[in-house]
Amino acid sequence: MTNCFHCGDPCVDTVIEHKEKTFCCHGCKTVFDILQESDLGYYYDLDENPGISPQEIEGKFDFLDNASIVEKLLEFDNGTTQIVSFLIPSIHCSSCIWVLENLNKLNSAVKTSQVNFPEKTVRITFSAENTNLKELVLLLSRIGYEPYISLENSEKKEKHIDRSLIYKLGVAGFAFGNVMFLSFPEYFEVQEFWLDQFKNMFRWLMFAFSVPVVFYSGRDYFTSAYKGLRSGILNIDVPIAIGIAVLFIRSTLEIIMDWGTGFFDSLTGLIFFLLLGKFFQQKTYSYLSFERDYKSYFPIAVTRLIKNKKGTVKEEQAEVYKIQKGDRLLIRNNELLPVDAILIKGNALIDYSFVTGEAEPVSKQSGDKLYAGGKQQNGILEVEVLKPVEQSYLTQLWSNEVFSKDKTGIFQSLTDSISKRFTVAVLSIAFLSTLFWMVVDPSKAFNVFTAVLIVACPCAIALAAPFTLGNLLRIFGNNKFYLKEASIIEQMAKVDMVVFDKTGTLTTNRKNTITYEGTELTKQEKQLLTSTLRASNHPLSRSLYDILDKHNIHTLDQFEEEVGKGMFAEANNATIKVGSFTYVKNTSEKQQQLLEEHKKTTVHISSNEEYKGCYVFENEYRYGVAEVFEELSKNKEVTVLSGDNDGERERLERLLPSGTELIFNQKPGNKLEFIKKCQQSGKTVMMIGDGLNDAGALKQSDVGVVISENINVFSPACDGILDASVFKNLVQYITLSQKSIKIIKWAFLLSLLYNLVGLSFAVTGHLKPVIAAILMPLSSISIVVFTTLFTQYISRKLRMNINKQS
Amino acid sequence: MSIIYVLLSISVLVAIVFFIAFIISVKKGQYDDTYTPSVRMLFEDELVKEEPSISKTKENKVNSNI
Repeated sequence: MTNCFHCGDPCVDTVIEHKEKTFCCHGCKTVFDILQESDLGYYYDLDENPGISPQEIEGKFDFLDNASIVEKLLEFDNGTTQIVSFLIPSIHCSSCIWVLENLNKLNSAVKTSQVNFPEKTVRITFSAENTNLKELVLLLSRIGYEPYISLENSEKKEKHIDRSLIYKLGVAGFAFGNVMFLSFPEYFEVQEFWLDQFKNMFRWLMFAFSVPVVFYSGRDYFTSAYKGLRSGILNIDVPIAIGIAVLFIRSTLEIIMDWGTGFFDSLTGLIFFLLLGKFFQQKTYSYLSFERDYKSYFPIAVTRLIKNKKGTVKEEQAEVYKIQKGDRLLIRNNELLPVDAILIKGNALIDYSFVTGEAEPVSKQSGDKLYAGGKQQNGILEVEVLKPVEQSYLTQLWSNEVFSKDKTGIFQSLTDSISKRFTVAVLSIAFLSTLFWMVVDPSKAFNVFTAVLIVACPCAIALAAPFTLGNLLRIFGNNKFYLKEASIIEQMAKVDMVVFDKTGTLTTNRKNTITYEGTELTKQEKQLLTSTLRASNHPLSRSLYDILDKHNIHTLDQFEEEVGKGMFAEANNATIKVGSFTYVKNTSEKQQQLLEEHKKTTVHISSNEEYKGCYVFENEYRYGVAEVFEELSKNKEVTVLSGDNDGERERLERLLPSGTELIFNQKPGNKLEFIKKCQQSGKTVMMIGDGLNDAGALKQSDVGVVISENINVFSPACDGILDASVFKNLVQYITLSQKSIKIIKWAFLLSLLYNLVGLSFAVTGHLKPVIAAILMPLSSISIVVFTTLFTQYISRKLRMNINKQS
Repeated sequence: MSIIYVLLSISVLVAIVFFIAFIISVKKGQYDDTYTPSVRMLFEDELVKEEPSISKTKENKVNSNI
């Protein structure tokens, strides 16, 4: 088998030979020609088979004729020059960057185009006099880079990137380095003449460097400690803030009173290391978004039909937000219905899998109600709007209070719980030792009090969690499990109940297992069946057609399709009927009852008016489902929560370990309530789902994970995205997160040891700046090394898997 | 030894210049996308090579793309 020169897919049905190259379809060949004509053939040298087969786009971007929509999409527009940013999910290699940045060769009106690869966006500056946005989008689509434009784009949001942490880190690092140099002389020689001469200047310079570090870089620790104290929580920032304040005040006093050099080196180092930990924890996957709602799925515009006075109908591209009740809309094949509506005209075959979790598309008659979020699968529809987009059945889910709540910060982290005891202990040691020195030698009391607070500053404790979790977050990311933030791992370790969605989560989207039941078909009948199926667009016909032998396809003499029922075809004096049971007509009623009971998806066949049998479609479950359930049910409660009917109940019961609870016919709202109820009974729930119908449950659960076959395709708001290919590793990820908590606890112990050593210096009144300056970085660095080594160790199995794959 | 005042102020000044350069580069968004420039850097030569003769490239096309 040959592979396509453009996209690398195997050429299955047709092989197009063109200029000594092979192509799998005309789309790929066209892209090749376009690139060759514009001297962009280098595209194919950069990477092997870099291309993407272009999709059918007929009429899809007509809404770009509407000036008000175009205006919303443009970032900048002064009449002659316009700037626009597109999200292009299909960007995947260096060839993509190259061809997109050379767009001006394909369209001379493009001035510059710049790709941001991690975000999968391209920013295009073009001259509006010679081209327009629609032409640009069509050009991109023609070469396989179709921009993704959704309802979300219509809300202009200020692109705000928070870089304050980098600034703070920069200030702290800059000051840390300089202060280290300035304090170096005094570490060793204190009595030297010239040193004595200049030491005041050195000290005040150090002070000057420390001021911005304390008041700018370290600001967050003060505010966080203050907030914590106000709500009665001794969080980890309280002892840190005390430490920073005491360090700064004592050092300043020391240089004013000429007692010594102060601890400016430790102070700046401490803040620098703490910020470094924060920075490390912040691993973001810029091309993944964890905050999506229905707006990223819905189209930005639909075709509205307007009747003018003469009675003629005009089509118009209207913004979805401007659609009113009573408007007539035109929904094309594969378009998403953005509103609740009544079907007026056309053969509706709506795929609700996304909204409700039902696996099969449902056919609707005119007069039936259609809900927002359904995707039309069969021809053109005309509908009348019942409810505009914000009030539709689906979008109302987002008005639930769960979506306005911020989940982060509700739970108490491990670090916070230890810092409570730690702070109390440190404060009591400080006061006790001060009391002791008051009696023995009052001149040392102040020294000891401040030294204890300085040395006990829990720098290493504060670093343990960020580095362990940050490391694990990266390891997970390399293994195709993408988490929103590091704290999710801590939550994951506590999970004692796992809830799965069925359709799309446990089952694959791609394949159905199709089995034939009944009398064997003859060769002629099979050929006729294939030819008939070829003419139909019904998804069941398509998937059945895919598995059948495609040789000797005849032209049909007659073909009729009744939507929602089946089809009839005639060729060479043989007739065939394919479709639902009632349509195909047969006599054995028993079998019908049997199938009805199981609610299985079937396609029946009769040849020459004689019933033959049926193809049964069954969902194919993901590789490793049984094993994952087996492992999970050992120490957790496992539940399947499906929006589908219970047709698959028996099969699931066979597949999954006994004791797995199966709940069917759950609406999105029900799912949310179910999770809530479990949480109220004291469970920590992990929800694993895929579509918009799980959005509420994902948000409500403690850890909401979305399974995705293609991470470039959007998934609803969640805490993590799991690539479907690593579904079987799910248990491993949970165990790893539990192990990482153990590592953090060991790191706490280690840093407590450092604190004890430091305290012994402090309590006896011997803490010299040089000791503090050694102890502080040493403890921080050893904690970083410790956590890094151990996270690498516990994840060695996972990392070995990657090596094998590559 | 008063030269040390000059040296010190110079060293601090140089440090501050670099610090300001860092702040400016962050502000301009140089650290927002750290991947694409590393790839883009490798393209530049190829563009120059292709531009001079458009008519000739027709023959070269087949060869250059294997």
